[in-house]
Amino acid sequence: MNNFDYAKPSTIPEAISLYKKYGEKAKLLLGGTDLVVMLDDGVIQPDIVIDLKGIDELKKLKFDGEFLHIGARVTFNELIDSEVVKEKFPILWEASRTIASTGVRNRATLVGNICSAVPSADSAPALLVCNAIVVIATDSGDKEVPITEFFMGPRRTILKPGEIVKEVKIRASNKKFGGSYIKLGRYDGEDLAQVGVATTVNEDKEYSIAFCAVAPKPVRAKEAEEFLKGKDLTDEVLEEAAKLAVKAISPISDIRASKEYRLYVSGVLVKRSLKTSLARMNGNGPKYGERLV
Amino acid sequence: MKKEINFTLNGNPVKIEVMPNEKLLDVLRDRLGVKSPKHGCGRGECGACSVLLNGKSIRSCITLAIEVDGQEITTLEGLEKNGMTDLQKSFLQHNSFQCGFCAPGMTITATELLNKNPHPDEEEVREAIAGNLCRCTGYQNIIDAILDVSKKE
Repeated sequence: MNNFDYAKPSTIPEAISLYKKYGEKAKLLLGGTDLVVMLDDGVIQPDIVIDLKGIDELKKLKFDGEFLHIGARVTFNELIDSEVVKEKFPILWEASRTIASTGVRNRATLVGNICSAVPSADSAPALLVCNAIVVIATDSGDKEVPITEFFMGPRRTILKPGEIVKEVKIRASNKKFGGSYIKLGRYDGEDLAQVGVATTVNEDKEYSIAFCAVAPKPVRAKEAEEFLKGKDLTDEVLEEAAKLAVKAISPISDIRASKEYRLYVSGVLVKRSLKTSLARMNGNGPKYGERLV
Repeated sequence: MKKEINFTLNGNPVKIEVMPNEKLLDVLRDRLGVKSPKHGCGRGECGACSVLLNGKSIRSCITLAIEVDGQEITTLEGLEKNGMTDLQKSFLQHNSFQCGFCAPGMTITATELLNKNPHPDEEEVREAIAGNLCRCTGYQNIIDAILDVSKKE
């Protein structure tokens, strides 16, 4: 690991000004479960690591009646342990449980997960189908960006030096809905997804579908969503939706799966996830968190 | 570049100068002589380096030592300060470990589980130790031992 300086500011403005000063030569640290591995590999060689764990306001995990606010320091295990997340944002709860292992989830944060922006980010499909909003602190004030516009490519986001994601917020649905996140891996336990699929269904027959690990960045399947709108999930409709959904992805072959397998199984999982989401909305599906593959 | 950090290690105060790029695992093992956390994968995947940070298991191989300034670290040495714990006795009884390399990490993770959830079912035990790899593949005896101790009292 190269040598770097370490700073632990206690306010956001302080963190921003340090970040602006060092620019590309600064890296932000939250749980470190990704960053420290990259530091160790020498993939990144910053002059300074700015630890955001000294900033109290980033610890916020709060539901204000309309939005769930997930501060940058909130870990996945804190999300899993939260009653309000489990009750009102069950897809996010379900997805959080699929991430790595408990020792990693005690440190890894949701904000860190999306800022790392790996194509297989498990929290991303759930955030995409929930239309999450990313709140970014800058030296000219906060700005809000829909999660659909946040990812740019593998390990790339719209963030510029000096910009710090302070929270992700998600509006609670006021409609009856069901959702599911299915992560397909090579084995249970700690592995990256071969495919991750999240879907939601609501009482007005509106659907959303999102993937991770099958495109350069996590993606929504808009065409399939449009097609599904207002329709019942008959076998023919599901077949067509799956066909349209896989048009949104462009998987690669890697150590975890071939491109062909990913394309095929993505269609299978979209159908399964939609059916599960519908059954959950109707109160006769498997419980959230139950094994779906 | 060196910075002084203060933290509690197994109940005792520690003051030590570290470089920002020193990992907690290396400081514990090589500078403080605490040898129970093991260097397995070095990437946070195998769990052999697990320690408790303020009661929660973390991977010391992907934690910078400087991050634990002001915090509380517990290793296996701290857990067994007053003799073997019930969990350790159960591991012993069940012959849970063969080579023993994963044992400290397994013990840390299982201790955290039982503190949080004193009576887990098998699925919860399996989920809890999913991030602790055992190359001898002795998982069943490990699971049996954890379940056994969870049924007591």
